[in-house]
Amino acid sequence: MSFINYSSREINCKIVYYGPGLCGKTTNLQYIYNKTNPDLKGKMISLATETERTLFFDFLPLALGQIRGFKTRFHLYTVPGQVFYDASRKLILKGVDGVVFVADSQVERMEANIESLDNLRQNLGEQGYDLDKISCVVQYNKRDLPNAADLDEMKRLLNPKAIPDFEACATLGKGVFETLKAVARGVLRDLKQMSR
Amino acid sequence: MHDTQLVMYDEDFRKILAVTQRLVKDANAKGVFVVDRNGQLISEAGEMRGIDTTSLASLTAGCIAATGGLAKIVGEEEFPVHFHQGQRDNLHITLIAGRIILVVVFDERSSLGLVRLRVKKAGSQLARVFEEIQKKSDQGRGAGTPFAEITDEDIDNLFSV
Repeated sequence: MSFINYSSREINCKIVYYGPGLCGKTTNLQYIYNKTNPDLKGKMISLATETERTLFFDFLPLALGQIRGFKTRFHLYTVPGQVFYDASRKLILKGVDGVVFVADSQVERMEANIESLDNLRQNLGEQGYDLDKISCVVQYNKRDLPNAADLDEMKRLLNPKAIPDFEACATLGKGVFETLKAVARGVLRDLKQMSR
Repeated sequence: MHDTQLVMYDEDFRKILAVTQRLVKDANAKGVFVVDRNGQLISEAGEMRGIDTTSLASLTAGCIAATGGLAKIVGEEEFPVHFHQGQRDNLHITLIAGRIILVVVFDERSSLGLVRLRVKKAGSQLARVFEEIQKKSDQGRGAGTPFAEITDEDIDNLFSV
């Protein structure tokens, strides 16, 4: 749910990075944080366990620039990927405007990817959203690993409707900003549609 | 259907700010913050200039969301009032009308009793303002915003740098 503030001439949108445990959601945000001009970003918050697994969420506020005199701000969140944190994932999806589904390209994680995508669809549904209608992009992360699955196979399993998708290696930053730009673009287009 | 978009005009903002500023005085608070349940800061007042309000808003929303989840597990609808006691500063957090979060930061110059009392009044005033905002939104006053006019080029220009 975007927030348009005419008083401060700002628009705020919420983007959630979703995906199975250890797929690289936090790494995406860390890369964005490290590569963004300090004037355009706020503090990154990570609510993580002692072993640096996301416990509740990571949060990164980002300013993208102005559209028609309105400052556009995106609040990026990750969810905890581990299966047993489902209650937390549901909470973080509240008020979402756009979703990035980060898939782990390793062959042995394919089942976890499918399970997480099903979980995303179900949790969005519980919040009154439809995965097929909300702005969503898919990122195939860890493409650099030797055990990466065949890309066409991943597309068939995880992106049958051919929504925008990107290959990535989040540790090196490959595909990270392309993914972010695509989801942000989708969210702004939705906003345009809603305003009509 | 999920939450509708929150559109706040200058007149709404001024009303909210007036309630926020009055609460700072009435409750002897260090700072008062109004936050949307989804983690967006709406208004702030008090002497706490310079703190990271974006993070404050996001974490407050996370806190309310987590305890709301806990409430449902034990069979409650919500835990609408939270109090966090620190060594110097304390936080009083109230969920208003199920949608807006009112955060009051106070120290030894005030007391929990006073804050509770003042928050009650301010909370009902804020609830009325947000009810009006919701009505406007339901009547479609949000339609025809500048965003109806944005072009794909405008959007692409954001990413051209």
